[in-house]
Amino acid sequence: MDDVFKALADASRRLLLDRLRARNGQTLGELAAQLDMSRQAVTKHLAVLEEASLVVTIWRGREKLHYLNPAPIHEIARRWIAEYEKTRVAVLADLKRALEEREASDD
Amino acid sequence: MTRPSFVYVTYIATTAERLWQALTSAEFTERYMFGRRVESSWAVGAPVRYWGRDGKLSDSGIVLEADPPRHLVFTWRVELDDALRAEGYSTVTFDIESLGAEVKLTVVHDDLREGSGVLQGISGGWPKALASLKSLLETGRPLAISAPETAAAGEAAAIETARAAR
Repeated sequence: MDDVFKALADASRRLLLDRLRARNGQTLGELAAQLDMSRQAVTKHLAVLEEASLVVTIWRGREKLHYLNPAPIHEIARRWIAEYEKTRVAVLADLKRALEEREASDD
Repeated sequence: MTRPSFVYVTYIATTAERLWQALTSAEFTERYMFGRRVESSWAVGAPVRYWGRDGKLSDSGIVLEADPPRHLVFTWRVELDDALRAEGYSTVTFDIESLGAEVKLTVVHDDLREGSGVLQGISGGWPKALASLKSLLETGRPLAISAPETAAAGEAAAIETARAAR
């Protein structure tokens, strides 16, 4: 679990996870092309994410594809959010999103 | 070459044989897959069926590859809902790798259409089922999980799980 928090404690790595969330199964080249980061930096960040099992890779032909693995985050959520609290937490998250989206569109 | 829709990895403190059994026997799947009992001989070409608590066929497919206790591939079609059924077959792959005291389980789901209903159901369903499977193998108890399909169904499943736990 330390690995997961360490991996998440970096904005660039969270951005990489966001990119995979938007489109799962990307190559290093595809990820690097969308970000203002060197290929080497992306490689290093991906290694930390892989170490924490937040990103998993599989080979398809000659392509190494990166996937967001939700299992470790799911385990963290399960540890501190009981099943019966989930609905209430989701309601709060929806409320926050609705309010923030409205403010953003008011700008 | 198509790219898989999802790849999930979880590490479980158990043996490859026990994990294989948990993935392929109804007594186990019933406890972590939202009450679904799996039925198959797991020979290549054999049918795979998941039965719901109500006795209705929930999902079905055919075994494509089987190498116990390491590798299993089968097709998957949701049978419960006409729209999801019409999306046709996708492919599920389980890979089991022993790493000392733990085993690494990799679940790959291929051939799902972009934006499909099955894809949505799976993205909610697999992580929950796998977390519950891990708990079941490591502690002997599944997690109190609710099915992802609908809020009402989820609540019913949660109540049922709570009742079973008493």
